[in-house]
Amino acid sequence: MDSEATPVHADLTLVVNGREHRLNVDTRASLLDVLREDIGLTGSKKGCDHGQCGACTVLIEGRRANACLALAVAHDGAEVVTVEGLADGERLSPVQEAFIENDAFQCGYCTPGQLCSATGMLDEVDQGWPSAVTADVSTEPVLDDDEIRERMSGNLCRCGAYVGIVAAVRAGARSREAAEA
Amino acid sequence: MTERLESREKVTGAARYAFEYPVENVAYAAAVQASVGRGEVLSVDIEAAQRLPGVLAVLSHENAPRVDSEPDGELALFQSRTVSYRGQFVAAVIGETLETAREAARLVRVEYAAEDPDVRLRTDHPGLYKPDKVNPVFPADTELGEPEAAFTDSAVRVDVTYTTPAEHNNPMEPHTTLALWDKDGSLLLYDSTQGASSVQSTIAKVFGLDPTQVRVIAPHVGGGFGSKGSPRPNVVLAAMGARVTGRPVKFAVPRQQMFATTGYRTPTVQRFRLGADPDGRLNAILHDVFEQTSTVREFAEQTATPTRTMYQAPNRRTSHRLVALDVPTPSWMRAPGETPGMYALESVMDELAVVTGVDPVELRVRNDTDREPESGLPFSSRNLVACLQEGADRFGWAGRDPAPGVRREGRRLVGTGVAASTYPAYMQPGRAIARAEPDGTFTVRIAAADIGTGARTALTLIAAETLKEDIDRVTVEIGDSAFPRASVAGGSSGTASWGTAVVRACESLRGRLNGEVPPEGLEASADTSAEVKNRDEYARHAFGAQFAEVEVDADTAEICVRRMLGVFAVGRVLNPMTARSQFIGGMTMGIGMALMEESVMDGEFGDYLNRDLAQYHVPSCADVRDVDAFWVEESDPHLNPMGSKGIGEIGIVGAAAAVGNAVHHATGVRVRDLPITPARLLPHL
Repeated sequence: MDSEATPVHADLTLVVNGREHRLNVDTRASLLDVLREDIGLTGSKKGCDHGQCGACTVLIEGRRANACLALAVAHDGAEVVTVEGLADGERLSPVQEAFIENDAFQCGYCTPGQLCSATGMLDEVDQGWPSAVTADVSTEPVLDDDEIRERMSGNLCRCGAYVGIVAAVRAGARSREAAEA
Repeated sequence: MTERLESREKVTGAARYAFEYPVENVAYAAAVQASVGRGEVLSVDIEAAQRLPGVLAVLSHENAPRVDSEPDGELALFQSRTVSYRGQFVAAVIGETLETAREAARLVRVEYAAEDPDVRLRTDHPGLYKPDKVNPVFPADTELGEPEAAFTDSAVRVDVTYTTPAEHNNPMEPHTTLALWDKDGSLLLYDSTQGASSVQSTIAKVFGLDPTQVRVIAPHVGGGFGSKGSPRPNVVLAAMGARVTGRPVKFAVPRQQMFATTGYRTPTVQRFRLGADPDGRLNAILHDVFEQTSTVREFAEQTATPTRTMYQAPNRRTSHRLVALDVPTPSWMRAPGETPGMYALESVMDELAVVTGVDPVELRVRNDTDREPESGLPFSSRNLVACLQEGADRFGWAGRDPAPGVRREGRRLVGTGVAASTYPAYMQPGRAIARAEPDGTFTVRIAAADIGTGARTALTLIAAETLKEDIDRVTVEIGDSAFPRASVAGGSSGTASWGTAVVRACESLRGRLNGEVPPEGLEASADTSAEVKNRDEYARHAFGAQFAEVEVDADTAEICVRRMLGVFAVGRVLNPMTARSQFIGGMTMGIGMALMEESVMDGEFGDYLNRDLAQYHVPSCADVRDVDAFWVEESDPHLNPMGSKGIGEIGIVGAAAAVGNAVHHATGVRVRDLPITPARLLPHL
């Protein structure tokens, strides 16, 4: 019992927002706690610690994930992008800009997760991934409001900013397209 | 239209919340909850926990520092053996790391002498009593005319009982405190709170300190909705842990523990009797409310108070009966009183509309009043009718077929509903300081809170307007108890209260400015105590009207709110962008109340059974479609220098009734027990 409870530590390398971090972590630690407590990147939020609210959403190898459900030790060598890594220097990403313009947040606590989720989600759409509301999964999904709402439903917002969030994601998607065109 | 001033910080992750301040040598707390619903702690075995490497302290009633419990029994953490409800904190571990603290908390063995908890709210509970007052200072009962007789004599009578369940605030940021004691005995708290000044004075009292020895910092707060309106046990736990270990200690209440320890809305049982003439004019209104509190602290929700304000009727009665159960302590949740009370009133008004055949909008217009029915006071402004009419126009209400359960689109039944909203325009005293700097900029300081309301932005607009300066030259600093004392962000009173202090400080500063600002700057302060006390007697309330369209799957009873529209009369709107978000946010929470939010009491063991966001459902993005909010022009000289009424709560008031009335219109089924889930609706389809 005692020996089982003794913390086990492991060496770990994480590449967060392009920067390499060599860490020695408690094997029980979540990626979220390592980001927040060890690396000091507190942008990713802890709302429930159970993968139910999405406030901790980050991009792991480009895909959105709940950092609270990811054991840090299982992600040795992973590339992680947090909300702190979405802007290009001082230049905000189109989705970040759109969140401000559409007042897509109030208290701001779910916002980092919403932003990472929206960023990852737009990539998923670009790659042709369908969602539960995609009528014909054999075709390229069209990102209408129903698609946005469905795809963003893993991120809760208790302030009730969803109307703004949907508008912001819609606008952010458009300016991403414009930038890519 | 002004974007939130802290927008950039919030979208880049730079905005710091309480847990996130970088502090050297910090330790972590984890709490142990009572596993019985009522009884006594016999022993606390901490041996296994203490053997874990990295455990710094284990706290319980056996060794915790003594504190003063007078301000609030919930803050008397570890002060006695008594277990008042299941889930109450009975011990805590302070550890070097989060993982260690949690593991050790799991190893603490608590033995109890358990008794059967009494946890069921019933209208025949022998412990029901009439509280001395209901929150904050309203009489429990009121009566005018001869309500019982008038009801009996009325041509049209509706006599129904509505119930609302316990509901939990669930702000996205858990209740969090980072506590640091200084060598000189002073206490620094980074806290997730709606009121830095009130945490300062309350916690000073709890720890026997002078208020000047406590500083509370909270520039960003991840929502509260009332649950952070007063310090919860997390503040005491962190401060105690820091005192015992001599280390800074931080504690965020885990989501699962929030359901027992951070407050919630009481369940209510509300009997309504409306007596009216055949064309819907009310002759008698009787509203009798039953609700619960805990044995630790009395909280009496003012559920029937909106009934005292809304509609004319010569004969009327309201009453509140409370029972103290072995349950977690209820507290403020967004528009306490108005939210459950208006759900019932606006639902029963819809029932009266159905019985009399009067259009629901017209029924409310017909019962409008220019004086507050119970106080007899004139309204400072009342534009309920304007909201109803503009809302009806915008929503496309005209020509609505009142027949319930007749509009079918494939598998879906479709219906529309309306409900009124109201919320008092409160104002609290407070202070502010305004400074002119030699470089031409201005700084205003006040211990106000921005929990997502947009208060920082609104106050900056108010200061700039008063100073007649560009907003870029004005900085408003808030969220620090070291600034002039401010009231809590609650009762939708923040902007009215703090804004008035800001206006008065800025006016005073302007009066002193004549040309050059001296090198040391120029300062002026204001205290609004006298101004708030000496206001003329008016009934000051905001009003609104909400319209909802729902579709109900006839086979599964799944309900979807297709669109929702609110029109509000709230005096002058200071920042349209954030105001709209406040209204829509409240309406969104109202959708949750109508269709999904329900904390289920464990009748055998006590405490709420659903203790996380997978089981306690709040609206998600897919639940909220076309929701929009508007406001009517309203000029009211009797409010405050800004001419504004509070807007943080009125959006949820009436929202659930509008949805419920639409469900009835769609299906012909009146569900009188919230939330309206498929399980409750399907058997009647």
